[in-house]
Amino acid sequence: MAEQMMAADGRTLKSSLNRALRRQKLRALLLITPLLLFILITFVVPIGQMLFRSVENQIVGDTIPRTVEALADWDAATDPVPDEDVFRAFAADMMVAVEERVHTRLGSRLNYETAGISSQFRRSGRDVEDMGEDLTAQFTALDPAWADPATWVALMADPDWIADSATAQTEPAFVVADAARDALPRTADIYADFARVTQVANNDSPTEEQPWNVVYIALYQDLIANPAPQIAGAPDGLLGAAGAAAAGFVAPDIRAAFVDSDAGWGSTVTWQTIQTYSPAYTSSYFLNSIDLKQTPDGIEMAPENQQIYVKLFIRTLIMSLTIMVSCILLGYPVAWMLANLPSRQANLMLILVLLPFWTSLLVRTSAWKVLLQQQGVINDLLVWVGLVADESRLTMINNSTGTIIAMTHILLPFMILPLYSVMKTIPPSYLRAAKSLGATNWTAFWRVYFPQSVPGIGAGSILVFILSIGYYITPEIVGGTSGIFISNRIAYHISSSLNWGLAAALGTILLAVVLALYWAYDRIVGIDNVKLGG
Amino acid sequence: MKLTKAMMATTALTLAGTTAFAGGHMANDMTIVSWGGAYQASQDSAYLQPYLAANPDVRASWDESSPEAVAKLRAMNEAGNLTWDLVDVVAADGIRLCDEGLAMEIDHDALLAAAPDGTSATEDFGDLIVSDCFIPQIAYSTTNAYRTDVTAWNGAKPSEICALFDLETFPGTRTLQRSPLDNLEWALICDGVPFADVYDTLETTEGQDRAFAKLDTIKDSTIWWTSAAESIQSLADGEAVMGSSYNGRFFSAIVEQNQPLEMLWDAQVYDLDGWIIPTGLPEDRLARVLDFVFFATDTQRLADQSKFISYGPARASSAPLVSTHATLGIEMAPHMPTDPANSSNAFVQNFMWWADYRDDLDARFQAWLAQ
Repeated sequence: MAEQMMAADGRTLKSSLNRALRRQKLRALLLITPLLLFILITFVVPIGQMLFRSVENQIVGDTIPRTVEALADWDAATDPVPDEDVFRAFAADMMVAVEERVHTRLGSRLNYETAGISSQFRRSGRDVEDMGEDLTAQFTALDPAWADPATWVALMADPDWIADSATAQTEPAFVVADAARDALPRTADIYADFARVTQVANNDSPTEEQPWNVVYIALYQDLIANPAPQIAGAPDGLLGAAGAAAAGFVAPDIRAAFVDSDAGWGSTVTWQTIQTYSPAYTSSYFLNSIDLKQTPDGIEMAPENQQIYVKLFIRTLIMSLTIMVSCILLGYPVAWMLANLPSRQANLMLILVLLPFWTSLLVRTSAWKVLLQQQGVINDLLVWVGLVADESRLTMINNSTGTIIAMTHILLPFMILPLYSVMKTIPPSYLRAAKSLGATNWTAFWRVYFPQSVPGIGAGSILVFILSIGYYITPEIVGGTSGIFISNRIAYHISSSLNWGLAAALGTILLAVVLALYWAYDRIVGIDNVKLGG
Repeated sequence: MKLTKAMMATTALTLAGTTAFAGGHMANDMTIVSWGGAYQASQDSAYLQPYLAANPDVRASWDESSPEAVAKLRAMNEAGNLTWDLVDVVAADGIRLCDEGLAMEIDHDALLAAAPDGTSATEDFGDLIVSDCFIPQIAYSTTNAYRTDVTAWNGAKPSEICALFDLETFPGTRTLQRSPLDNLEWALICDGVPFADVYDTLETTEGQDRAFAKLDTIKDSTIWWTSAAESIQSLADGEAVMGSSYNGRFFSAIVEQNQPLEMLWDAQVYDLDGWIIPTGLPEDRLARVLDFVFFATDTQRLADQSKFISYGPARASSAPLVSTHATLGIEMAPHMPTDPANSSNAFVQNFMWWADYRDDLDARFQAWLAQ
């Protein structure tokens, strides 16, 4: 066996070479690091986060955790409307949500699934504060100490917290005593929320505020479950007396209070919606993106007056293809001329092609509006020539025609430039050779020249198609209602309705469609046949 | 995080309440959001320019984003990057933003000027303070206008709101707002629903179906606008022959620019417009905004605005000061939406109702448009 080759420093040549190469690779990597980081931080991560929103649904469980838990065992088939326990849990959740002002967001979220829920949340959000006030009155009638914030702090607060807040400059975050959690679990739970909201959102102290009505409801529930709770250090006899009296109290009817506030709370659909959409992740945005709907009975078609997305996806694809084809038809002769004229004229023409390309997109689009509208330049000209009667002026804007015309114009340079650079590399001698061998002009073009320009068409088509599939400014301005794309709906959901989940799902589908088309293109035409230049 | 923000805002507010007037440190940049066009110009002339003249260090810029204010404020709140200092919104949006904690609750009497005779701000604005966050500026109306030179109408002139839906007598393109607001009300009114029952009807699915069915009849001959200037543009170009906009926009098109348009005051929808201050402004920016708002909403400034645009000032004490147009010298009163001749059949928008139902109906309206 041959001995290993050694380098001058005594290592094997192989490892020495590897070392040198590794250093080189590292240097190359260091050079591209800024770009790599830039792309990662400003492109990949935000897009990933945005796409992640298409399945995210934590808002329900985060906003109304008690309700979600209480609803877990509810079965709509046996019990059309959940029982009082669920409503009490819901009142507690709502109270916290209203104080933190997040209930309207949850309402908007659920409204995406069932229309009308948003207004229910808003309306009941204003009423929930007063729910259960009769019960609170019964407690305070029994012993006025129940209205005193100090009573509650004595019952609920951790002794260490009381000691800390007596000495500290600013009140430390409230801590519930373990003893209170054991004896009065529901009360301690909601009181902890009350204390937190009071301190943080309202900048007050629990030592000065009477608890919400829902805290008294929780206390009532705890006392019914266990009439004689023991908390060391609680004011004498207070809990015992309340425990004994609670059984005789008029029970609060929170369910009636909610239904009274908005009849929607008495409907099965509302609660089915909450139950169906309580998991932290959901497929509903994707289902909505293709006009489907998740219901308790499985997946169904969305109501007919809400089915728009499939139609828009198809329209976007068809119109993008139309725009691509018109770009080929208009761009090919121009590119051919550019490639075959002497360079002085060709340069001038190239500037003419590029000039609009350098003009602001909005200016060009608005110019089309002036040209195409019914009282616009083109119609005026047609009427003046007599081709069109004054009463029947052509409608060329605020519809799909307007979108196709304006976008073809805007995207034309993206077709001409790759075509031009590919055509530039086709030697003119090929055509001459074909003709000298007896081909007609057409045969020489079609059999010899055209096949060589196909890579340019491929590159231009991909550029134009992919750009147009995601365009939204031009369709928004000139598209009216029949010329808008799926991207306009994505923009609407991102910036107006703020249904970011749905926007993310629509975007993901659009991305998948483009990738699938790209793959199909690669299989049929071959991506190696695409050239952006020589 | 939201909680801490809310807390900071309250502390900032209490601090600002004392510092704003004690000459504490104020930021010198201000971004004010409004509606663009003639209305924003009137605010610029009546409030901002005089304020800048008195405070030469301040740089203020306008952002014409009020039509999307709710969405953008929600988005800014999620992104945690607040770039606006003061936002002009309609009453319903003010209520919505207040409900969501995106607008700051303010103490009107403490932060706004009293009337010259000493009446407190709360009393001077009266019922127009529709929410704790809302600082009213003007009462306006969304109404319609039509071109006076349409030959196809054979001399007929629209005199009532239902002309909008009458394509036989008044053929031609309409231009309406790309929003359910007002359009649904007009659709129901023209479908035979009395004014008093409009919102009760709209609350039901059947009522909504009815309103959309009525809108269906003109859907194909309507251009939908998103900013009020677009609507005036379409009417001025002759692209549309009839359509809605805000009464002040029509005033400037008709009286200042002599466009061949005429007002259709029937069933004009009254609404309010005012400022809200976004929650979570840093202390120095808040101080500046409060200083500006104090100045911009006093009796004289609100009255001054009516020299530039035909909107009614929100303070009772401003009304007697409404005079003539700044450059044309004509009396402004007959152009106000509240003038008896214009308001004989006016409709009052129920903003509380819209604050509740806007999300639902927006979704349905947008889906209807796209179909």
